[in-house]
Amino acid sequence: MPILIDLSIHELHDILSRRDVSAVEITKAYLNRIDEVDPKIRAYLTVTADKALAQAEDADRRLKKADAVTPLTGIPMGIKDVICTKGVRTTCGSKILENFVPPYNATIMEKLEAHGAIMLGKLNMDEFAMGSSTENSAYHPTHNPWDIERTPGGSSGGSAASVASRTCAGSLGSDTGGSIRQPASYCGVVGLKPTYGRVSRFGLVAFASSLDQIGPISRDVTDCALLLNAISGHDYRDSTSVSRNMPDYTDSLTPGLKNYTLGIPKEYFISGLDPDVEKSVKHAISALESHGAEVVEVSLPHTEYAVATYYIIAPAEASSNLFRYDGVKYGLRVSDYKNLMDMYIKTRSQGFGPEVKRRIMIGTYSLSAGYYSAYYKKASQVRTLITRDFKKAFEKCDVLAAPVAPTAAFRLGEKIDNPLQMYLSDIFTIPVNLAGIPGISVPCGLTSKGLPIGLQLMAGHFEEAKLLTVAYNMELALGRCEKWPIP
Amino acid sequence: MKITTSEIEYVAHLARLSFDPSEIESFTRQLNDILVYVSKLEELDTSRVKPTTHALQLTNALRKDEVRPSLPVEKILSNAPEREEGRFVVPKII
Repeated sequence: MPILIDLSIHELHDILSRRDVSAVEITKAYLNRIDEVDPKIRAYLTVTADKALAQAEDADRRLKKADAVTPLTGIPMGIKDVICTKGVRTTCGSKILENFVPPYNATIMEKLEAHGAIMLGKLNMDEFAMGSSTENSAYHPTHNPWDIERTPGGSSGGSAASVASRTCAGSLGSDTGGSIRQPASYCGVVGLKPTYGRVSRFGLVAFASSLDQIGPISRDVTDCALLLNAISGHDYRDSTSVSRNMPDYTDSLTPGLKNYTLGIPKEYFISGLDPDVEKSVKHAISALESHGAEVVEVSLPHTEYAVATYYIIAPAEASSNLFRYDGVKYGLRVSDYKNLMDMYIKTRSQGFGPEVKRRIMIGTYSLSAGYYSAYYKKASQVRTLITRDFKKAFEKCDVLAAPVAPTAAFRLGEKIDNPLQMYLSDIFTIPVNLAGIPGISVPCGLTSKGLPIGLQLMAGHFEEAKLLTVAYNMELALGRCEKWPIP
Repeated sequence: MKITTSEIEYVAHLARLSFDPSEIESFTRQLNDILVYVSKLEELDTSRVKPTTHALQLTNALRKDEVRPSLPVEKILSNAPEREEGRFVVPKII
């Protein structure tokens, strides 16, 4: 009998389908694993053991009758705590939502339930997904399973650390400026941000609505394709989701990269790039070349303006979205106040943490009278230039290959007092969100200190299939990660 | 300085936030650093560039005007800090 928690989703599906093991047994193995290692990693904010076991019993009934069985039936998953789960507390890593129990499910939760997937619990994150280290969680930081002194990345740090520490078989995160890809890279797992509009955002608590997108984090590329199949598609409740034919993404898992041109954006190989990261990424690119891809150099000339653009647009949208936390409809209301205005101000000042306040302040300032043209409009124009760079690059290549982040995981506490330094760790992931294109992080090696490094692949709008083909070939070339960070 | 302490206090009021004096000082410094950094965009001439507000060229996401089930009032009110007779309760305004 294999060790259940070591198996990928597709391997679990194989043994579930053969009835070698039950969904209840797998779920119990994961719940034990959570008890055993999560006190060290702290990936979970809420563990829903009873609900998970009840869902597992349902899944076993389906599997027994071979009724509506899909590759996710009976698979235990973790969900980032920014996704609304009916009847299960959803905090967004914030004190302002400490007791918020959504009366409805996000569309993607309905989809997972229809597949018979199991939810083990809700995963830690930077408050309202604002951060790159999960240290902005109002509850506790999450630790990187490869080195518990280091950050798992963020904001989906719990989603990446849980997959890497094998406390769930796969997870969902959200990515506004790199929040799936950067933690996936830091934790040595696969993370995909789909095209804007590919996955419904209904029930995803809004941070920056023109940039947010939900995506999967998984052990390998095949699992990534299976999860993307399950969550993609148009939703009448999200008018920015796109109705467009959906391929079966597992069809793109084919060996060989003949007829593929890989573009290497020279602006992503700059000074400040860690030499170990550069070496691994270049090694991965030559491995893809040996699998048949043609490699060309391309230029994305406005890359250096992406962080500045993002830190105007995202806080502006956030300041508007977060006005809903006013102590009236849900969430915290302070008990001691003089009048309505005082109640608003005290509730928001006590309920939000420092990074959220910082971004609300930047956003409010940049949208306030007299500053709109200098900031928001200017940034929206530069966003057009960044998008054009990608369009031009994709005339010369199918997929872009670059690092996910300039370094491997940094130490907890290292950047927390310097917000601007923290923002700059997202320099290679932000452009993808501004352009709305898909991007994936695939493990491509370890640093000399044994920390994971991710290769980022980027493609044009709705070209996730191409990303998965290249990522799959990279996995074939370099092998799946066989070493687990903690036993 | 791109932003002064008194501007921070004004913006805090617009954002319905309050800070104690030491926080005002550190926020002024941090926001100033961020605003100096983002002023990098001034290097680019964008006078002929259309702004992007949405990554995809979507227009008019229409759907049929049909009645669909919605959540019952009690469920919607279940998270409210204060409620009464099917309504949200707020502090007296007038």
